[in-house]
Amino acid sequence: MGKIEEARVRKSQKKKIRLLFRSILLFIMFSALIFALVSNFNKDKAVIGVSDVAPNFVLHQMNGKEETLELSGLEGKGVMLNFWATYCKPCEEEMPYMESLYPEYSEKGVEIVAVSVDATKLVIDRFIDKYELSFPVLHDNNGQVMDAYNIGPLPTTFFINSEGKVVEKIEGALTLNRLESYLQQIQPDE
Amino acid sequence: MNKVTCDACGHINPEGTVLCASCGKPIDKNQHIDGNENSNLLNMRYDGTARRSQTYNKTIVDKVWNFFSSVKVGVTLIVITLVASAVGTILPQEMYIPPNVQPSVHYKDQYGLIGQIYYQLGFHNLYSSWWYMTLLALIGISIVIASIDRVVPLYRALKNQRARRHESFLQRQRYFSKTEVVTEEDKAKVLASLKKLRYNITEENGHLMAEKGRFSRWGPYVNHVGLIIFLIGALLRFLPFMYIDDFVWVREGETKAIPQTNGEYFIENKDFILETYGDSEEDQRFAEALERQGPVAKNFQTDAIIYKNDGAEVVGSEPDLKVLKEGSIQVNHPIKFDGFALYQSSYQLNEFESMSFKIHEVNDEEELALASFTVDLTNPAYEYELDNGFRVKIDQYFPDYYLDDGEPRSETKYPRNPAFVFFVYPPNQEEPEVSFAGIGRNIDASGQNQYKIGLQGFDVRDVTGLSVRRDYTLPILGLGGIIFMIGVVQGMYWYHRRVWIHPKENGWWIAAHTNKNWFGLKKDIEKAIQNTNITMVKDQQDNNEK
Repeated sequence: MGKIEEARVRKSQKKKIRLLFRSILLFIMFSALIFALVSNFNKDKAVIGVSDVAPNFVLHQMNGKEETLELSGLEGKGVMLNFWATYCKPCEEEMPYMESLYPEYSEKGVEIVAVSVDATKLVIDRFIDKYELSFPVLHDNNGQVMDAYNIGPLPTTFFINSEGKVVEKIEGALTLNRLESYLQQIQPDE
Repeated sequence: MNKVTCDACGHINPEGTVLCASCGKPIDKNQHIDGNENSNLLNMRYDGTARRSQTYNKTIVDKVWNFFSSVKVGVTLIVITLVASAVGTILPQEMYIPPNVQPSVHYKDQYGLIGQIYYQLGFHNLYSSWWYMTLLALIGISIVIASIDRVVPLYRALKNQRARRHESFLQRQRYFSKTEVVTEEDKAKVLASLKKLRYNITEENGHLMAEKGRFSRWGPYVNHVGLIIFLIGALLRFLPFMYIDDFVWVREGETKAIPQTNGEYFIENKDFILETYGDSEEDQRFAEALERQGPVAKNFQTDAIIYKNDGAEVVGSEPDLKVLKEGSIQVNHPIKFDGFALYQSSYQLNEFESMSFKIHEVNDEEELALASFTVDLTNPAYEYELDNGFRVKIDQYFPDYYLDDGEPRSETKYPRNPAFVFFVYPPNQEEPEVSFAGIGRNIDASGQNQYKIGLQGFDVRDVTGLSVRRDYTLPILGLGGIIFMIGVVQGMYWYHRRVWIHPKENGWWIAAHTNKNWFGLKKDIEKAIQNTNITMVKDQQDNNEK
């Protein structure tokens, strides 16, 4: 009887080891699969999206008194960060809306920052003059900030709350009403 | 649990065994597994070992395991993947459509309804779709599990095999013969010849087995190990640390941040060179061909400086650049630094860099220049103070001019078709004259201008397109490939041959098996029994119908 008992114990141990081995191997392989899928999914996603922290940057300012503007300097304010270019028609269309809402919302603690990806300062300056823009217009000469935010089509607009988090990301032009409702969203609490 | 005891030799085999691992006797109740019941010959696949344990099918882990262990499942996965891969080639993938169009519009416009369906099913990004990747991964899992489930029993069976085989095993081998009487002298001769042919001979109570090339049986599994390593390498490409593939345009004289390096590295394009055949003396021998063919490119080259940015953590701030490397990039000769490689992969020639204009009187037929000035298109000045008291102000600049419903606009920011609206202030005059000037255009806005602006000349520069690569997965892919090839060679150029000699009264039964190249095995046996009275083995496959 002892021998049979022994054999049975051995067998059940072998079974356990086999189950463990199979479980571990399956676990490793399926983890690799999930890793690949998640990585691939994240690769497609824009680098900066809703609920991400807006990366800091500093750029030359084309209008106003300051030489440069750094995003971190606007902490505590809501920021509408607009990427645009003079040759982009829809960008041009929404500029007057931004200008018309700027005086009101800058009082309420919302800053509008427009980053131009144009090549030359001249065209930006002429554009500012034409539309009499009073909010800060920055020049992203090297396209570095555009790269950091992984901008696709123009215009792309980020609405950033007072904590520096992206609340909304809009690709394409905004109407006056939509623009105002987004600005209200990022308006800091009194 | 349900082990199978061989009724001939008493060896205990695992459930699912087709041929006893010890003596080779067919296990009656398992013959259907390899289809032996309809054949006179035994199917020697995996030497008749149990491949999938039916016993341990209790837990979900075992069920999943056994699912992937099936070759049928593996082949099905491969077929599905092949069909999917073919579907991906019907229309171009998204990365091959023009970069400036919306894919949602492009597929519909170009290919109609089919294109729209193709796009909406996500086939425009088929090879990176989650389901395609899942298919590949499932094939990988299937390869791993199926290999383990087969190589382990096969290894055990070949390790434990005995020289003495059951008669029914021998009779049902493809090569088989009976000799009634074999003299001692002939026996010695055969053994000597087999040894000379480098067979390993094992003996058990007068039963002999001559074996060689067992090594060959591991070829497919080595091959699979290579494949798995290759897949792991491909998987690691998803880690940005391991694999970067990007692209950057750099104009001559321009210094630009290299993408994907977080502003750590910059590149300056000092010069882009395009050489064609026919430029040098020795190319004269091609003169005739070149005349027929037109210009043929000989060299694409970017002379570049790589900088490392030592300061500036904040994006967009002025970098503090230190020269890291200087050299030229040619096709297949990238410039390499800190794991990165920049490859020459595209170019644009003759982009406008600067334009020179002159001012002359409208009525002057000779167009004598009263003053001239040069506009740097990358950074145009706002105003130009000129000779003879002239002053010119740039009112509008259109780098890539086109007319949009009668209104001048720029299409892009690149100076491909530059045009200007100039305010010309003649000497001692407060009111400017407005002129529009561009390539082949010169328009007097008011029609009453005294002075005209004419294009005097222009400078151009080239733009180089560089691929930015970092690939640490290459050694892994290479290793996988090498192991894969070793496996192929191992399985292809070696043969596993076995000859069993079974003493029977005064004579011998001879049976033989090989995993491939039966002709070679026959030759070996012919050599072994040369000059003896032993009957040559017969190929029983010729009359293998039950």
